[in-house]
Amino acid sequence: MNETVQPSFKPGDRVIVRKAWPLGHIRTPHYIRGQVGSIERLCGSFPMPEELAQQRSGLPAQPLYRVRFLQRDVWPDYRGGADDALEVEIFQHWLDPA
Amino acid sequence: MNDDHGRYQPLSYFQLMEVSLRELLVEKGILTEEQVHATVQDMRSRGAERGAAVVARAWVDPGFKARLLADGTKACQELGLDVPALRLIAVENTPAIHNMIVCTLCSCYPRMLLGLPPEWYKSRPYRSRAVREPRAVLAEFGLALPDHVQVRVHDSTADMRYVVLPMRPAGTEGWSEERLAGIVTRDCMIGVAVPRAAGAAPRP
Repeated sequence: MNETVQPSFKPGDRVIVRKAWPLGHIRTPHYIRGQVGSIERLCGSFPMPEELAQQRSGLPAQPLYRVRFLQRDVWPDYRGGADDALEVEIFQHWLDPA
Repeated sequence: MNDDHGRYQPLSYFQLMEVSLRELLVEKGILTEEQVHATVQDMRSRGAERGAAVVARAWVDPGFKARLLADGTKACQELGLDVPALRLIAVENTPAIHNMIVCTLCSCYPRMLLGLPPEWYKSRPYRSRAVREPRAVLAEFGLALPDHVQVRVHDSTADMRYVVLPMRPAGTEGWSEERLAGIVTRDCMIGVAVPRAAGAAPRP
């Protein structure tokens, strides 16, 4: 039995974070939902936190990525350098290709 | 329980939960009071010296630095530091990039290297402002960065833990690893400060 979901993104891929507001223990910060960024690296695969919080196994494990966003995309009135960036860990089931 | 002014304060919801859980674990023989006490003492006594040792080693040993940046957890094991369960990512400051760490969701922090997080790290203002206006936050810590330095904020939201590998300051040539570790503060490894050679008292 395969206990890990296969990674579907690679570094450099453009992704959009799902704009969803389910209840429960979600590790995707609100401010980043709906934002477009690029995959910085695959961090490995980990049991889903939403499931773990319900005392279930969280399996199959979901790939976890670090996704890089430009600050000026996330905050239109951002003050700082044009290259200033924000990196957030996001699970694959929260990402779609952009 | 008494506060600083000697007034009686009822336990908060979470304090009550902690006491209940602890008493149940002890009552059922899963833990002893001594074990709980020893663990709390161990956590409280841990400071940022482990992290400082890792940074100092990276400064003097390019091979170690490369391994640290490639796999922080494994590199720490070389120094006998076990980073249990969670994975460590070291992010390197360069003349062009400054890194800063936050956990907007709670207070995830590389405790195995830095000890318990400072109160401000867990505060709402830091957690919300670090991702929204990092340069203003850094300026309040006394770190004004020019616009050509890219500020990269790492929101520690899931299973990784981050530590900043600061730049070795000029004027520290020939310093021993131990002396170098002495200028690597907790704040340098969170990314709200940078190590400075001046101000560190030279050792005889």
